[in-house]
Amino acid sequence: MTSPHAALPIPEAGILELRETVRGFDREQLLWSSGYLAGLANAAEAPRGAVASATTPDPDAWTILYATETGNSRRIAESLAQRASESNVKAKLEDLTNVRPRLLSRLERAVFVVATHGLGDPPEGTEAFFEFWHRDDAPRLEGLEYSVLALGDSSYADFCEIGRRLDTRLTELGATRIAARVDCDVDFDDDADRWSSAVLDRARRDSDIAAPARTVLRAVPSAVSRSHPFASRLLANQRITGPGSSKDVRHIELDLASSGLRYLPGDSLGVIPENPPALVDAVLKATGIDGGTTVRLDDDSVPLAEALRAHREITALSRPLVDKLAARRPAVSAILDDRDRLRELFRMHQVIDLLSEWPARWGAQELVDALRKLPPRLYSIASSPDANPDEAHLTVAVVEYERFGRLHWGAASNFLAAGGHAIPVYVEANEQFRLPADPDTPIVMIGAGTGIAPYRAFVEHRREHGHRGDNWLIFGDRNFASDFLYQLEWLRYRKEGTLARIDVAFSRDGSEKVYVQHRIVEQARRLHDWLERGAHLYVCGDAERMAGDVNDALLRVLEQEAGLSPERSIERLAELKAGGRYRRDVY
Amino acid sequence: MATTESPVEKIKAHSDYLRGTIVASLADAASGGLADDDTQLSKFHGFYQQDDRDVRADRARRKLEPAYSFMIRVRVPGGIATPEQWRTLTEIAKSHANHSLRLTTRQAVQLHGVIKRDLKATIRGINDSLLDTIAACGDVNRNVMCSPLAELSGVHERAFEVAAAISEHLTPRTRAYHEIWLDGDKVAGGADQEPIYGSTYLPRKFKIAVAIPPQNDVDIFAQDLGFIAIERRGELSGFNVSVGGGLGMSHGEPDTYPRAAEVIGYCAADRAVEVAEQVVALQRDYGDRSNRKHARLKYTIDDRGIDWFKRELAARLGFRLEEARPFRFLRRGDSIGWVRDHRGAWNLTLFVPQGRVIDSDEHRLMSGLAEISKAHCGDLRLTPNQNLIVAGIPDRARIGTLLDEFGIAELQAVSPMRQLALACVALPTCPLAMAEAERYLPELGAKIDELLAKSGLADEPISLRVSGCPNGCSRPYLAEIALVGKAPGRYNLFLGGSADGRRLNSLVEENIDEARALARLDRLFSEFANRRREAETFGDYAQRSVVESS
Repeated sequence: MTSPHAALPIPEAGILELRETVRGFDREQLLWSSGYLAGLANAAEAPRGAVASATTPDPDAWTILYATETGNSRRIAESLAQRASESNVKAKLEDLTNVRPRLLSRLERAVFVVATHGLGDPPEGTEAFFEFWHRDDAPRLEGLEYSVLALGDSSYADFCEIGRRLDTRLTELGATRIAARVDCDVDFDDDADRWSSAVLDRARRDSDIAAPARTVLRAVPSAVSRSHPFASRLLANQRITGPGSSKDVRHIELDLASSGLRYLPGDSLGVIPENPPALVDAVLKATGIDGGTTVRLDDDSVPLAEALRAHREITALSRPLVDKLAARRPAVSAILDDRDRLRELFRMHQVIDLLSEWPARWGAQELVDALRKLPPRLYSIASSPDANPDEAHLTVAVVEYERFGRLHWGAASNFLAAGGHAIPVYVEANEQFRLPADPDTPIVMIGAGTGIAPYRAFVEHRREHGHRGDNWLIFGDRNFASDFLYQLEWLRYRKEGTLARIDVAFSRDGSEKVYVQHRIVEQARRLHDWLERGAHLYVCGDAERMAGDVNDALLRVLEQEAGLSPERSIERLAELKAGGRYRRDVY
Repeated sequence: MATTESPVEKIKAHSDYLRGTIVASLADAASGGLADDDTQLSKFHGFYQQDDRDVRADRARRKLEPAYSFMIRVRVPGGIATPEQWRTLTEIAKSHANHSLRLTTRQAVQLHGVIKRDLKATIRGINDSLLDTIAACGDVNRNVMCSPLAELSGVHERAFEVAAAISEHLTPRTRAYHEIWLDGDKVAGGADQEPIYGSTYLPRKFKIAVAIPPQNDVDIFAQDLGFIAIERRGELSGFNVSVGGGLGMSHGEPDTYPRAAEVIGYCAADRAVEVAEQVVALQRDYGDRSNRKHARLKYTIDDRGIDWFKRELAARLGFRLEEARPFRFLRRGDSIGWVRDHRGAWNLTLFVPQGRVIDSDEHRLMSGLAEISKAHCGDLRLTPNQNLIVAGIPDRARIGTLLDEFGIAELQAVSPMRQLALACVALPTCPLAMAEAERYLPELGAKIDELLAKSGLADEPISLRVSGCPNGCSRPYLAEIALVGKAPGRYNLFLGGSADGRRLNSLVEENIDEARALARLDRLFSEFANRRREAETFGDYAQRSVVESS
């Protein structure tokens, strides 16, 4: 039996040295150091071939595999690893983007924390793993014991699809489920906890040898968290699209002074919103329930109107409400049986549409129970913490539109834009979207609409620190005259030399629609030159169309300029991705 | 005198005959504007970068650059355009500009609100119609003016030919214009040259006009160089030459001042081009290139004396100008309405309020004129008073019907004072404007009309000119009444210009608001009505009662 320390990537002497170095650091210094080390780790470009775990897995150990898009799966997996180590259960943490699919064949005990992204897709970088195991000729997994925690968002029709399919598939391949799969919605804390406990119970029963607890250097969570947000003050709320724009995009500045919150460019800010009062009224009117009716929320009793305003999601549709309604309205039930219509329902309808189009007699408590907890909304932070100490800036598209003859609102965007109240926030780290560690590395920032936000943080940060790497912005939106977000700043940066180049694509200015992917192809030679110089590529913005179109354009650049075959281009892009040189933050 | 060159001189010198980085500026999609230096060079190509000043601050708050657009000035030598050219301009105004044309006080046409990505197509379209924009602005000879007078068209025809010949002769020769806008072939390195201007062109703009007495509609005394047509037995014999006019000045800078041109002699008609070239060359060599506010020909003459100027000119020409011939100007305004020329054809002078050719709900001037230009086989003449003459009409009835149909006929019923009134563009587009002018003129004009009517002067042709700044684009210092902008709602009041445009007016009150200006005019109108001498004009009355008695 090997000692758990043997699994550590640093020899024991190294650990001791590290401890010596940080001796006497206070909490804040320790926190900073952990972030610093994480940054180094993130920036280190893993050499190709070394990304996959090379050591023979310890058959007794539990391998915790996670597939994450926003970092939630990773955090749950880390927390499980921590609890396992505290319980003397040997556990090893693996990011599915870094493992070879076949690793699974060699494991005896694996637990998965798997997110579903977008329209039923696996998280970025994990596609190969899932494709492999869903192939008809996938190897059998008779010796494997496993369990799956599925993360998702029930406002999409394909809720938890990736986790669900994995669970089914592993059973098909002969693996043994040791704890039932749990499907988590955006408010996942309790469900994730329940599943982790079940898995740990089982693991403890297995583990008859008490191993010494291993010490893990990990970030101590900030006192401010999703469950304990900081009440920030709105410092600025400025519309930055012109008067003629089809969109209302706001530049929001929030005061983080005394919050203790720390962030890096690339991170997101979680905003815990309240619903628009007009929407609360509309829901009450559609259901005919008195807003003063008392309802139970966990341990609290509050008036229904209050529950709808501050505690329940009444914008995006979620599955329980559809299920409840289907039980009494055959029309809805029929939709549930038709995958295409169900997707369409989730894509186009909100809570108010369902309640209005299929009126039913709802009890106040019943309604509250059918709605999910009001989830926080994540916004990529648009500022450098060093250029703007104690502040976080956001770029927020205010969502308000009419459909089916009814007004619809975005909860968080309107909450922010309305102002006049504290904004509860926390920081959601995004290790997937970081500046290169080397200040001389060139970067290409590709984004559309509010996807420009993290780039403002990037460029501010590099400017603030005098980084010399070239910065190239490729931005797209609808109209030049009104929608060039932060235009004055970009032009100033270009004039002073911070930005080497700006390319823009405005889709509604000319007779032909031009998007960022067109600019990428136009600039193929230059882009290839930048890649040859070691540039990192970033893509931020719309996941549904832009991210894929940009990916295709990048493949074309590689085919055209590097003379690669289509297959080889795909591989090359995957290499860039694996090497941390092609990063995406799409939503 | 300072000896360092002004920054614009350096830009010109390094521009490779006006190329600068205009091509790169046009290709830069991240800004709606040009690189700074190119905004100077663009003028030589006929366009100015402007921005809507009404929204500038708001856009800055939204982190958006100013709402840049471009004013393109189309050269129309002598103001004569064909109906086809007029229709082309109308179409371009609809497709690429702000659905209006602006007739200028130099008989040119301006397109406003053209955005950068439409510049090339616009300038190309203009050239396709055989008009152009080169040298419509910039430190070169601008659009050559010529009285569009219809009554004496025997002289007019010949005078116009001279104006057109001068214009052609003084057009810059650089290939940059063709290269950039018309996709002309690139000139091999260093092959470009400017035989008249040289690589740094003139120190400042240069203005030439041809006047045909008794009409001084071109304001000959406001021009750097003027040719006053002298008639002999119904034919053009030659020109009196005037030099050193110019109306620009700067508030609070006594070294800058408006100056009326002086007549220095006479030349035969066939020597006018030569004279023009040598006056331009003289100014090229002696004009002040260190201070742009002191760079017009008028300062060159005042700094060195008119005798020096005449000697230098004679030396360059190789002959002396003859003694000036007698001439007499009677008026500057246009005679709105129908008039028959010597061949019996009808000519219609249309009043165009503020020179804005635009469609409103009641008055569809732009569409109506486009329609007229389809029905019309003569030509169209732009007047120096920003009006339009439909010249050589065989079928008067057809045009009359169209005027009624498009609501243009109703626009013609304005007082003589309003027919003469001029205002510069000013806010919101002119970057120099300190106060309103063009947008304010209709309101101000109506109020002054009331005052005139009160004193029984409703039919008096008094010239009123409003300018948004002291630079004098609406030629305010030659008006009988002028308001020159100081700040929003504040103007300097000038009185006492002569009706024939020969005498400058004088500053009588500084930095006053409208109420005060109107009160002053009200008193003066009533005095004038009671005390005027036989045939005395308001300008002359104000000169003796206000200017000379103070």
